[in-house]
Amino acid sequence: MSRLQAGRRHSVRFSLNGKPCTGEAEPRLLLTDFLRHQLAATGTHVGCEHGVCGACTVSIDGKPARACLTLAVQIDGCELRTVESIAPSPDRLGILQSAFKRNHALQCGFCTAGILMSLDCFLRAHPRPDEESIRDLLCGHLCRCTGYTPIVRAAIEAAAELVDHGKEKTDA
Amino acid sequence: MAEAASLSTASHEPGSPWVGQSIPRVEDAALLTGRGRFIDDIGVRPGTLHAAILRSPHAHADIVSIDSSAAKRAPGVFAVLNGEDVKALTASLVVGVKAPVECWPIAVGRVRYVGEPVAIVVAADRYLAEDGADLIEVQYRVRPAVVDPLAALNLDAPVLHDGFAGNVASDRTFRYGDPEQAFASAAHRISLDIRYPRNSCTPIETYGVVADYDPSDDAYDVLANFQGPFSIHAVLSRALRVAGNRLRLRTPPDSGGSFGVKQGVFPYIVLIAAAARAVGRPVKWIEDRLEHLAASVSATNRATTLSAAVEDNGRVLALDWDQVEDCGAHLRAPEPATLYRMHGNLTGAYDIRHLAVRNRVVVTNKTPTGLNRGFGGPQVYFALERLVQRIAVELGLDPLDVIMRNLIPADGFPYRTASGALLDSGNYQEAIKRGVNEGGLAELKSRRDAARAQGRLYGIGYTAVVEPSVSNMGYITTVLTPADRRKAGPKNGAQATATVAIDPLGSVTVHVASVPQGQGHRTVLSQVVADVFGLTPADIRVNTEMDTARDAWSIASGNYASRFAPAVAGTAKLAAGRLSERMARVAASQLNTEIDDIAFAGGSVRSKRNPDNKVSFSRVAALSHWSPGALPDGIGQTIRETVFWSPPELTAPDEEDHINSSLCHGFIFDFCGVEVDRTTLQTRIDRYVTMHDCGTILHPGMVDGQIRGGFAQAVGAALYEEYAYGSDGSFLTGTFADYLLPTVAEVPDPAILHMQTPSPFTPLGSKGVGEGNCMSTPVCIANAVADALGLKDVELPLVPAKLAQIVRGDEPMPAKGRAIEETAKRGGDRHLRGKGEAVVGAPAERVWAMLLDPETLQAVIPGCQNVEKISDTHFRADVTIGIGPMKGRYRADVKLSDLDPPHAVTLGGSAEGALGFGGGEGRITLVPTGNGGTAIRYVYEAAIGGKVASIGGRLLDGAARVIIGQFFASLARKVGGNPDAQSLPSLLSRALRLFGGHR
Amino acid sequence: MKAAAFDYVRAEHLDEALDVLGREGSDARIIAGGQSLMAMLNMRLAKPRTLIDIMRLPELARIESKGGTITIGAGVRQASLQEWPELGRDLQLAALALPWTGHAQTRSRGTVCGSIAHADPSAELPLVLQALAGEVHLRSAKRRRRVAANDFFVGMMATTRADEEMIEAVSFPAVHKRSAFREVARRHGDFAIVACAAVATANGVRLAVGGVADVPTARDFPDLDGSALDDALNGFAYSLDARDDVHATARYRRDLVRMIGRDLMREVLQ
Repeated sequence: MSRLQAGRRHSVRFSLNGKPCTGEAEPRLLLTDFLRHQLAATGTHVGCEHGVCGACTVSIDGKPARACLTLAVQIDGCELRTVESIAPSPDRLGILQSAFKRNHALQCGFCTAGILMSLDCFLRAHPRPDEESIRDLLCGHLCRCTGYTPIVRAAIEAAAELVDHGKEKTDA
Repeated sequence: MAEAASLSTASHEPGSPWVGQSIPRVEDAALLTGRGRFIDDIGVRPGTLHAAILRSPHAHADIVSIDSSAAKRAPGVFAVLNGEDVKALTASLVVGVKAPVECWPIAVGRVRYVGEPVAIVVAADRYLAEDGADLIEVQYRVRPAVVDPLAALNLDAPVLHDGFAGNVASDRTFRYGDPEQAFASAAHRISLDIRYPRNSCTPIETYGVVADYDPSDDAYDVLANFQGPFSIHAVLSRALRVAGNRLRLRTPPDSGGSFGVKQGVFPYIVLIAAAARAVGRPVKWIEDRLEHLAASVSATNRATTLSAAVEDNGRVLALDWDQVEDCGAHLRAPEPATLYRMHGNLTGAYDIRHLAVRNRVVVTNKTPTGLNRGFGGPQVYFALERLVQRIAVELGLDPLDVIMRNLIPADGFPYRTASGALLDSGNYQEAIKRGVNEGGLAELKSRRDAARAQGRLYGIGYTAVVEPSVSNMGYITTVLTPADRRKAGPKNGAQATATVAIDPLGSVTVHVASVPQGQGHRTVLSQVVADVFGLTPADIRVNTEMDTARDAWSIASGNYASRFAPAVAGTAKLAAGRLSERMARVAASQLNTEIDDIAFAGGSVRSKRNPDNKVSFSRVAALSHWSPGALPDGIGQTIRETVFWSPPELTAPDEEDHINSSLCHGFIFDFCGVEVDRTTLQTRIDRYVTMHDCGTILHPGMVDGQIRGGFAQAVGAALYEEYAYGSDGSFLTGTFADYLLPTVAEVPDPAILHMQTPSPFTPLGSKGVGEGNCMSTPVCIANAVADALGLKDVELPLVPAKLAQIVRGDEPMPAKGRAIEETAKRGGDRHLRGKGEAVVGAPAERVWAMLLDPETLQAVIPGCQNVEKISDTHFRADVTIGIGPMKGRYRADVKLSDLDPPHAVTLGGSAEGALGFGGGEGRITLVPTGNGGTAIRYVYEAAIGGKVASIGGRLLDGAARVIIGQFFASLARKVGGNPDAQSLPSLLSRALRLFGGHR
Repeated sequence: MKAAAFDYVRAEHLDEALDVLGREGSDARIIAGGQSLMAMLNMRLAKPRTLIDIMRLPELARIESKGGTITIGAGVRQASLQEWPELGRDLQLAALALPWTGHAQTRSRGTVCGSIAHADPSAELPLVLQALAGEVHLRSAKRRRRVAANDFFVGMMATTRADEEMIEAVSFPAVHKRSAFREVARRHGDFAIVACAAVATANGVRLAVGGVADVPTARDFPDLDGSALDDALNGFAYSLDARDDVHATARYRRDLVRMIGRDLMREVLQ
């Protein structure tokens, strides 16, 4: 058993976007704050800190999860992926990202990282989703700019394209 | 022909303009890869501290004392500031009406709304700052609150500010044409009373401020995700008591949405800047969602009585507006602008020459209001377009016919409205005709008829709306009398700025002070300027960060009033045009031709007659850097050009209160079909058609994006969103589980149609488009629901439960023998009521003695400590109350009254703690059971407020029952008898069985 | 909106968790998926001294089906139950209710037992437990006991779990009779205004309602129709002591119990 005492920082080891990562966190530190302010992974955004808006959604062990409802110390040993991981290279967008750009599926871009991570997890697990299941997934996200339609359209396009390519990521 | 704007990226034909194409956004790549630079993503200076704000749990109370000593001693805490501390460093925010009132960004002596800042804790990090805030002890003396704008007018209403007569901050009447005569001569007077609710566009990114103070220079440096208008900079400088040039206000490159709301960050700029000055270090504050919902800013709620003088055929001769605007607890700049933004447009899309207006502005114990998408439009059009629908119903006409009969004639533009707006261009009849045909109204009517034939509740609604854009900075002065305006001097215009600069390699940079919040300004400006220079958008770099110490700006700068496309983009075109004119002269001399022969195309500057006679753009452009002496005489430079543009049409209000409140006026015609489900009473939007004429379209994809986004927010306003308050001023929608933003499941895809009638007043012919659906859609949906259900009065949001009585009539009665519990509460009544009974195996005298004994009470009340006996019937104690994982400590004050020993007693009291406060009264009666036991019967009524009411309102009734159950279970245990579970009501019986039986 | 400080115990054996719970009682809270608790911590509604993380205990992460009883350990996430291959056959009601439980992004972390321990009157999983007359397996350092769902929920977020106890598992009888579920919320994924679950029984229908009373409440109905059914449902609706809040009125809730109750009973009796 390990008891991590309040008010002190404790080592947290996990995998961040495919690379081993170590950080230090007090027990109460949220995963959002840990990622953003200690590990400089500011792509994950904070919108409500009570699990409703979805802006902070990341992938924990392949499943979409609210980083604001997760403690940094809980992810010790986990595989974490964030929006910073989904482009194939720094100067190219992935299929999903390109579909968002093509469809005007973002405006201010604040909620976008969470939506991309939900869809990224989902499309990996469900290669041929129907529109209804995509909509059901997106119910877990709030977007104030787009009216959602372009997001759904982008997701459907990306899903089809991912099937065509027969692999998860490719050049865009 | 109306075209559905294509979202796909248009392929660009060489030589054709970039403007009008849906090119990919330059903003997207960074935002899609996590490289956006929002305020909380940008690093801060080493040593920056973090602020947390303690806020009022009360709607209206005097602050008796603030004890910050424990907070100041807490680890990591650097400072705690209260209202007096802030007041010592700042001056009151200016108030937009003539009245002797002050407006502080933090409570000074008195709180006037739930969520009002009471103290700021500055600490090493946000966690520690919140720890400190938890340790501050504030004592309040509660005052009665007023939340309803009409109630605030009552003579006996609680008064918020001594400087306002009653709670009225402004009361003006206006008269245009001869409304009395029109009403006297018209066949009908048709009226409607409207309540427009409070809501907000709630961006997903909250407010953020980083402030620093340099004492050696007596200057502030502030980074905030503020959106403008920069007239607020003057308010801030005055509040911070520095000259304008000693307040450097900067914005981050990205902002996570605003929709007007981020104008409201400005009081926090004062607070955080004052805190930075007090601690001598930079201070950062990122608002959290609970703070945002409770206390950021809200659109105004409004009570309106609107009457029309109408002829038999539905022609409206005159309107009579009586508007009571609720600006919340303080009149913060630029309020009461929400009320006056539409002043020129009170006749909507209609040719109505006679107009009477009474505008009152009141203050209430709610969060102060500010900019919100639509800004006054939703409130005005909800009344006007509901009235148009009522005119049709009452006169037996088709609502669309009533709209058509009253429209401004197509040959009437530019059209001066009765109250002074100059409508720039349009053809409303044509837009409606196209909307009806291309939007499929005939088919929608068939759907309605088929649905109704099946007994379904289906209705159709219409709206016609004029969407103003580019506000006249002088419209707000219409709130002043002409005499007061003469004293203050004229205010008018809408100064836009744009700078185009050329670097030594001849590449082009554009800077504007438009402060985008996600709309894609950088992309559109690259299109506009690329067209002027014959370049591609990729050649143009656009910077929209704002820095008042370096950039060209004016009070009108910022992102509001849909001013980007009509004003800012046009000004960028003018700035580029001035450079290109001079470059054309340079090129003409180099190419040995005349200026008229010069064209900018394909990255070159060339002769039109002989396209092979050309020179590269960059070479011409950079000449001014490398060889100014080689420029033809009189050119000056071609390095940088800043244009200030203000349309001459935007004049100050005249002596008769005519005001051209906005420069441009787009037109929207919407219709929709909705179905109200007979079981759930939820409103489903079956089909929504929105026809827009926003002048020249610069980027079709973005225009449709604005329409869809505004539409989604409007669906929220119509069906889900309300900042709800209890009658005591408690704020009831403090989380995203209570303030309901629509998700993808709730927002249908509207059919969007376009027509383009360019504005003659703007450089590109474009008009604003971003706010229109926030004006047209809520009332269109309401009209459809009114049609479906045959309603006269429709109140937004259309909460299904509100429709139960209307659709279903009286509820089935309970079975015989069961009393009807009157649980239906009137709006805002938040009393928790309940009753119960516990049977104990002890005589009444013994129970009585224990009830009056402080020691017993201490043992009986869970977590009770430090009972202090003030008198035989008055106790104070500290109690810990827990429901599930929620546990909090409260100071309780209990009084016994109406003693009838050993039969009955009334227990009244109050409790206050970090999670909130409560008060209530219970009557306890002791009835012997006949076998030596006693039945303890009780009824109670309680009210709970503060944080727990804001974020857990749904749970309060049940929580009260658990706590009261705990008390009686504990009492029963203490008395020693076994509670008799059989005789108790359901929950309590089980609670008692549990608590009584098992410990 | 940041939690107050707490110690964090990462239990590697169940005994450790029980030991800490036994010593610290109500000052300690079990954290499993954390999807209800974390929001309360962030809002400082809850300020436990110690959090005990039980998600590293493999013995709690199991779904077992034995002798007609399905036992779901305290570490089983809602998404894992949703993916359990026998769910549609043996626990049809849970299969129908799980899509209404939060969103995919919270089901991925939230546990079945955590939702039941939280005992929100509007939550779906406590309703399913009540509808199927399941049991809660409580365990402390000193004892183990099983409590019927009907006895477990005693009030709004109040249960018979003692401070030193944790939920080790919940169990459901496998039910192969027809089941139905329907929920009305303001938006999809919100807390239920009314959630109804119906299961066919030997001589009628068991109807359970969440979101109305302080606890999910079930009642067995014989096979009625016509006005007898109306009267029975009306009585049931009134017995739940519905209240008003910002999202719905008591009357609206009773309407939904009457109308949806009737629909669901018809559905399972077909």
